[in-house]
Amino acid sequence: MIDFYLNGQRQSGVEVPPDTSVLELLRTRLAKTGTKEGCASGDCGACTVTIGEPNADGELEYRTANACITPAHQLQGCHLVTVEGLARGDALHPAQAAMVECHASQCGFCTPGIVMSLFTLHETQRRTPAPLTQARLEQALGGNLCRCTGYRPIRDAALTMGDYPDTHPSWADDPGLAVDVGKQRQESPAELASQGHFSAPRDLAALRRLKAERPQARLVAGATDLWLETTQQLKALDDLVDVRRVAELNEIEATDDGWWIGAAVPLSRLEPLLEEAYPAFAHLLHRFASQQIRNRATLGGNIANASPIGDSPPVLLALEARLLLDGPDGERELPLGDFFLDYKKTALADNEFIRSIFLPRPTAEQNLKVWKLSKRREDDISAVLAAFAWRLEEGVMRDVRLAFGGMAAIPRRVPRTEAALEGQAPSLEAFAAAKAALDQELSPMSDVRGSAEYRKLAAANLLERLRLMIDTTHNDTKVTLDAYAH
Amino acid sequence: MRTLTELAPEASQQAPSPRAETGSGAAGQSRIHESAVKHVTGRAAYIDDIPCPADTLHVALGLSPVAHGRLTRLDLEQVKAAPGVVDVITIVDVPGHTDIGPVFPGDPLFVDDEISYVGQVIFAVAAESYQAARKAVRLAEVEIDEQPASLDPVAAAERGEFVRPTHHHQSGDWEQALRDATYVLEGEQFVGGQEHFYLEGQACLVTPSEDEGVVIHTSNQHPSETQKLVAEVLDIPFHAVTAEMRRMGGGFGGKETQASPWACIAALIARRTHRAAKLRLPRAEDMRATGKRHPFHNRYRLGIDDQGVLVGGEITVIGDCGYSPDLSDAVVDRAMFHSDNAYSLGQARVTGHRAKTHTASNTAFRGFGGPQGVMIIEQVMDDIARHIGEDPLTVRKRNLYRPGRDVTHYGQRVEQLQLLHDLIGELEQSSDYWARRQAISDFNRESPIIKKGLALTPVKFGISFTVQHLNQAGALLHVYTDGSVQINHGGTEMGQGLHTKVCQVVARELGLDIERVRITATRTDKVPNTSPTAASSGADLNGQAAKDAASKLRERLFDFAAEHYRLDRDGMRLEGGALVAGQGEAERRLPWAELVQAAYLGRVSLSEKGFYATPLIHYDRNTGKGRPFYYYAHGAAVSEVEVDTLSGEYQVTRVDILHDVGDSLNPAIDIGQVEGAFIQGMGWMTSEELKWNDAGRLVSDGPATYKIPAFGDLPPVMNVKLLEGHPNSQASIYRSKAVGEPPFMLGISVWSALRDALASLADYRVAPQLDTPATPERVLMVAQALRDAQGAA
Repeated sequence: MIDFYLNGQRQSGVEVPPDTSVLELLRTRLAKTGTKEGCASGDCGACTVTIGEPNADGELEYRTANACITPAHQLQGCHLVTVEGLARGDALHPAQAAMVECHASQCGFCTPGIVMSLFTLHETQRRTPAPLTQARLEQALGGNLCRCTGYRPIRDAALTMGDYPDTHPSWADDPGLAVDVGKQRQESPAELASQGHFSAPRDLAALRRLKAERPQARLVAGATDLWLETTQQLKALDDLVDVRRVAELNEIEATDDGWWIGAAVPLSRLEPLLEEAYPAFAHLLHRFASQQIRNRATLGGNIANASPIGDSPPVLLALEARLLLDGPDGERELPLGDFFLDYKKTALADNEFIRSIFLPRPTAEQNLKVWKLSKRREDDISAVLAAFAWRLEEGVMRDVRLAFGGMAAIPRRVPRTEAALEGQAPSLEAFAAAKAALDQELSPMSDVRGSAEYRKLAAANLLERLRLMIDTTHNDTKVTLDAYAH
Repeated sequence: MRTLTELAPEASQQAPSPRAETGSGAAGQSRIHESAVKHVTGRAAYIDDIPCPADTLHVALGLSPVAHGRLTRLDLEQVKAAPGVVDVITIVDVPGHTDIGPVFPGDPLFVDDEISYVGQVIFAVAAESYQAARKAVRLAEVEIDEQPASLDPVAAAERGEFVRPTHHHQSGDWEQALRDATYVLEGEQFVGGQEHFYLEGQACLVTPSEDEGVVIHTSNQHPSETQKLVAEVLDIPFHAVTAEMRRMGGGFGGKETQASPWACIAALIARRTHRAAKLRLPRAEDMRATGKRHPFHNRYRLGIDDQGVLVGGEITVIGDCGYSPDLSDAVVDRAMFHSDNAYSLGQARVTGHRAKTHTASNTAFRGFGGPQGVMIIEQVMDDIARHIGEDPLTVRKRNLYRPGRDVTHYGQRVEQLQLLHDLIGELEQSSDYWARRQAISDFNRESPIIKKGLALTPVKFGISFTVQHLNQAGALLHVYTDGSVQINHGGTEMGQGLHTKVCQVVARELGLDIERVRITATRTDKVPNTSPTAASSGADLNGQAAKDAASKLRERLFDFAAEHYRLDRDGMRLEGGALVAGQGEAERRLPWAELVQAAYLGRVSLSEKGFYATPLIHYDRNTGKGRPFYYYAHGAAVSEVEVDTLSGEYQVTRVDILHDVGDSLNPAIDIGQVEGAFIQGMGWMTSEELKWNDAGRLVSDGPATYKIPAFGDLPPVMNVKLLEGHPNSQASIYRSKAVGEPPFMLGISVWSALRDALASLADYRVAPQLDTPATPERVLMVAQALRDAQGAA
């Protein structure tokens, strides 16, 4: 039973199987067909909706999501806004009006999703106005594919919608809405599904209990990868434990040495911290996935998933992150490097879960570079991802930590390559030795994202790029393109 | 008994005449898309949004997992027994035609015996829900005697494995030209295919009608063909089948022939079960089951004089057609017709092979082979430039069609000869080509890793279906007694703004505000025997048909008014929502609605059909000569790129486009077409990589692995202009030109700019072979090879 609000209207006692997506719920149960299915895999953005959740101050914060891979049960105690809910009678919302006047729809199929991304940007601008830089527009719209327009008129719509009269949908004038949603959320039962399980524990103790009772249950947070098992592989997901409401998994705790980041913290919430501590990591986040995905995907999920091409693990490996694993048998800490065992195999026991990730503070003089190679700059999966951390001490490299994704069955560091550079000046010779070691150390495979040959050459060339960057005699040499620089 | 709607009082007043057409939305103005408000509010309905009858069945397909083999056993018992399953069908359940090849036979609706590609349909399941149908499919027991798959079109061509015979164009003695040439250059290229990636996948909803027929809602560029095929598959007359198409969520050619199989299958289910049947393909199945833009292997051996001007030689293009002919004959023809692009080949022979391979049957895609043909000659231009040490733009300009060199290798004289010279000249200026060329050379000398590249490439694209009979169109115009106008025509709306343009044509012909003109869904029972909306011809053909209908109705109303109101027939006109007769003091104005009501009462028909057939065109396949195109559309683009030669990453930093649409029917829509086509062409050239594994299975089968341009790929500077002052020299609709496909080829400038940047690694003395898509991987590998060669030298 799901209780939520849809475009300001209360929806009570909605019953669907646990593996129902928000998109299916909208289109097949609620006759709201404005939200489209383009891919059912979270890659095209045609199904973009906006979900409002109460923040600490009780206000509704609106974020985009791909409805096709968002579990319907996660709407419990939320305000779901769809393209049908923006206009006030015949008066279009500024995001809609600007799209019309800029000639920004052609076939119109991606348009509802684009309107929702623009609406969410408009909401953000209304609350905290800031210049609409290219980077911000890319973040807001990078997850919405359009095959017709080539995006220029959509960019114009984004840039001009702020000039339109701020026509609110009528629900936006209802001050009681946030209170009602908050109340609904507060009163949420711990088990939402009437057939199968969609359990939504609120605290660590409850999560541990569930893990003890149902070790086979799948944990779900953002569902950005898990949900493909149902939409693409047609697997039944009928025994789920949602960790998004577990308080302890949603905290970011600062310590003297670093931060304990709850495993269920969505990536978009991490952005401010990373901007401050590790700008290179923050830059990667923007290429990690679309805004819709970053609003829901978590660091814990990206690690537990153990994909060889996950984007955060190489960075976290280079930064020597640690994990706090938890379960009915207690908690334990583990260096991230010990977590990945083999292709999609981890050190996590059946009844365990990742509770949090420790991200060390940057040390003085520490440098971090993160370089992702993919066919497309936005919303693509890495062919190669390299994360390089080091510091320079009296002209030699120290604490060299190099990690790669896409180059082996697991994300991993390359100790022999690191050793070739450790304590060395960034000389041609040292780097030649490092490249030779790297060549020995990694044997990538060929797949749809790139050939083994390319991956090897590119990985070695990223070491060369690193050398050029460190070597002060090359200071005036541009070694990255502007859009990739950080 | 029928009463007339009372007209609003102001309608019968003699309002001052608004002379200017501004704001009326008539042809020539930047009217918004007729569905724009519906798009942004979610009210525009696509197939899957149409409310279904309560008993609608959902259809899912069993697709072949192997590329080539024989089906030895098919056990569907468990499928039939699965929860919710109502019907399961295979080839034996087809009462009528089992081959639905659109032009030539070769496309079985279901696998009979031989399996020809991964994704070929073996059986279909109808169930109470989409999920139930999809899950049931997986219970099938399929045994296939797998055989080696032929996946290399060049090898297939060498073995003579073709879906259609090889065709030639020849002008003059090409061998002698090669002997006479100062230099002879040779080269080859692989040009990748392209997935349409229409955002709305293939979908249809079929309901049984009360006689033996069906009504089909389909996302489809060619409803008449679907009507025909469904009737043939069901073995019923065409008049029992109605196909309706309101809008597509993108087509791009992918729904020209390849929307029909799904309608045929759903129609079979609907007739068998007497229930509505919906079939929509999940994205991955859509990508595996349907054909794409043809990949091509092209080669050339061409002679030039000491100025780099082509004197002749030969070009060979090999289209990878997949397993069946589909539209490949015409696609490869168009590649051949465009292997000259904007340049005279001199005395040349062009050969086009249609290679058969074990993949989905490749099909129409914006440009229809034209872009693949243009690619070879654009490579030639760059190759010549490096060979003679001149700027590629200089070489391109020298080779343009010009007086004395104005007949193509297929015998068509190029009209508007000066247009492209003027267009390029204007773009050269507005893009500041030469200053930027200098700045880029300076930059590249100082920058060892990041290299910039610049290229101007033109396009000259032939407009008309090369299959002559398709160049016809019909329209149906109704005027109702309140003065509102309904127009229907044979074209389909896929986002290109065709319906908006046709409404604008009608508004202009009838002198009405466009708000009074409404367009309805394309239906085979309104306008019959229509051609596909393809070949950029939508507005040219259907706009003329609508104009024909509107002008005939107008003339009839003039006749009526002259007699009924005793007005002077000469000089009578429709403008500003009124019939106007006489001049100056003697001018009389009759509001449109009043005129219409009077005509109705006077028993004058307020309905009219229109028809159009393109004049002048002909082509003789035996000689490879003729005038296949009514006219050419032109354009040019300048693209600048920055390439990271260590990683292969690159960015398109600036694009300038000048494009010829004659006198635009709607400048905003035309600019939208130009920009959208450019970005789609750029995607084809760069990030959109189709990959099959060794067993012939498409592994880039979803947006996670197949990367169309995203928002950030829009070049930060993009200046797009329509060429002014060059109306079509032919009597096209209001002297406009077709715009859907031609600007697609402007994306080739990005590839040429990438080659330019890479050539800088060898001091512009080498023309590197850069196959497409030029992914970062390909760019890096070429950069590395050039560096290695420089090191060795």
